[in-house]
Amino acid sequence: MISLTDIKKGLLVSLWFVFLTFPLMVIKVNPIDKVILWRWSNMYWVAGGSFLCYLAMQIYKTRKLSRQERIKQGLIKEKPKMQFKLLSDPKIYLPTLAVAGLFFLAFPWLFSTYQTNIMITALMYVVLGLGLNIVVGVAGLLDLGYVAFYAVGAYSYALLHLHFGLGFWEVLPIGGLLAASFGILLGFPVLRLRGDYLAIVTLGFGEIIRLILENWNEFSHGPSGISNIPRPGFFGIHLGLEQSITYLYYLMILMVIFTIFVVNRLQNSRIGRAWFALREDEIACQAMGIDKTRTKLTAFALGAFWAGMVGVIFAAKTTFVNPASFTFLESAIILCIVVLGGMGSIIGVIIAALILILLPEYLRAFSDYRMLVFGAVLVIMMVFRPQGIIANIRRTYTVQKND
Amino acid sequence: MEPLLNITGLTMNFGGIRALDNLDLRVREGQIVALIGPNGAGKTTFFNCLTGIYKPTSGDLLLTPPGKTTRRLNGLKPNKVTQQGLARTFQNIRLFPNMTVLENVMIGRHCRTRAKVLGALFRNPGTVREEQEIVALSLMILENMGLADMVNEFAKNLPYGAQRRLEIGRALATDPLLLLLDEPAAGMNPQETGELEELITTIRDDGLSILLIEHDMKLVMNLSDYIFVLDYGKKIAEGTPEEIRNNPAVIKAYLGEDIEDA
Repeated sequence: MISLTDIKKGLLVSLWFVFLTFPLMVIKVNPIDKVILWRWSNMYWVAGGSFLCYLAMQIYKTRKLSRQERIKQGLIKEKPKMQFKLLSDPKIYLPTLAVAGLFFLAFPWLFSTYQTNIMITALMYVVLGLGLNIVVGVAGLLDLGYVAFYAVGAYSYALLHLHFGLGFWEVLPIGGLLAASFGILLGFPVLRLRGDYLAIVTLGFGEIIRLILENWNEFSHGPSGISNIPRPGFFGIHLGLEQSITYLYYLMILMVIFTIFVVNRLQNSRIGRAWFALREDEIACQAMGIDKTRTKLTAFALGAFWAGMVGVIFAAKTTFVNPASFTFLESAIILCIVVLGGMGSIIGVIIAALILILLPEYLRAFSDYRMLVFGAVLVIMMVFRPQGIIANIRRTYTVQKND
Repeated sequence: MEPLLNITGLTMNFGGIRALDNLDLRVREGQIVALIGPNGAGKTTFFNCLTGIYKPTSGDLLLTPPGKTTRRLNGLKPNKVTQQGLARTFQNIRLFPNMTVLENVMIGRHCRTRAKVLGALFRNPGTVREEQEIVALSLMILENMGLADMVNEFAKNLPYGAQRRLEIGRALATDPLLLLLDEPAAGMNPQETGELEELITTIRDDGLSILLIEHDMKLVMNLSDYIFVLDYGKKIAEGTPEEIRNNPAVIKAYLGEDIEDA
């Protein structure tokens, strides 16, 4: 199974890793005592670990290859994939769903306010991921400036409250609609662009919005931001801090359910099909009578809508907005969620959002290495499952044969 | 009677290159018309002009649906052209590979249906009925194409011949008056070509008109009611298969000049 060349290559790989991690893992400078600590044992760990990882990867690869070969020759039948079984058998997915639902409902009562706060953030990213999924995953338009719409939502709550005293519930739809109209605004100039060019323009758009918020002091109070934004009201009853966090948590749960419902229905509709077709082949899509302009604009607008609403919730949660919350890194993380989860797959995006947001939080225990682990997880995922955690499953129709 | 499609003086320039030169062409209702010519003669350019992918430099593209007034197709966007009743296939198959076979055909119904975002959200009776009609019609088309067993397969997993048929099925789903086929037999073996010939005849018998580009001369001669021959963007001959077969200009274009005549 493992040949000599594999071992040779494995040794080279581990040597390379030792070289790469040497300054980080082995040398430790103590500037006060002016001594250098050589932690040689770390080097052996790195060398051994990377060597074993490489071998494991090789074994996995060869087994997969030989399996495919045998399937081709018809010796063994292809096993139905795990995820299909999980998602298509009601005996498995209904209990899973029930347990997950109960867990999320009981969450604020089981864990501390701090944990609940983290979970609210994660749920916000679930909605953001699902929104961007419409644009990137379904319609295939690579959008690197998604955070701009998030900012539009957050600032529309902050500013509308500051100037007109509007409350959370009035602004929630307004924020969504404002973001949607910004989506259309961005959509028009990029109608002719595809792929990398589109990515660059949307990236620019995201930066423009952030820079405007940062520099137009009279409008947005510049880098110092806007504070004292009220939390969402609950029929006029005054809530304490802890209660309002719990309340916000359940609001987010409702929001997630609402988003899943809408996105799911959209994907399985005439418009959703047009988005998928647009992603697959733009020219054929037009030749089949689909209005490219309109389809792209609805994708941009509906994607932005969710970002706007989450933006409003974000402003209400932190009670403070400033431009520093809307950097390119946010867009990148949301994009990571979509790609990691699986383009166009709702469940995949939800799982990916939870992993990507919760993982760094709970990896704080390994504080020094947590970004390293985070990066490694991303790399490993893309190597082994480029289609995402859960690949998009197309709806199937049962055919009634009239014999 | 007005021909279904009447093209006069169609010219297409790419910079200094004239790809189509003052082309006249007609398709009458219920006819199978073939457009042939050596490689690079401008056949696909002609299709692209007709379907709105290119904007022709000059000339008229006139469509006269039976019993209706004539419409000019110049400058319409591809999706509008399809809405007017022209549906095409592509020389190198352009299906939606990661969608199921059924969905591919359902896309064809897009321009004949009208459900909007709100309809998709609320699934009101109108939208539900429309969806059911789309599925039923698409299934019927797939059955006629002999693809009924593969409706839930991804389009990319279909064998080559089936992909060609699926592309035709998808075009048929748009309810066209005129079907434009760009080298439908390219890459097919003789048996598949035979099946294709039958299929095209059936489609014609269902009342559609067909304009096809094809290199397979046997297929063209068997199928066509009328043939136009292009070379270097110019029309060098037109007529029935019999006339084309014996036309010296056509033979010259395809085989080169006879040495003894020179």
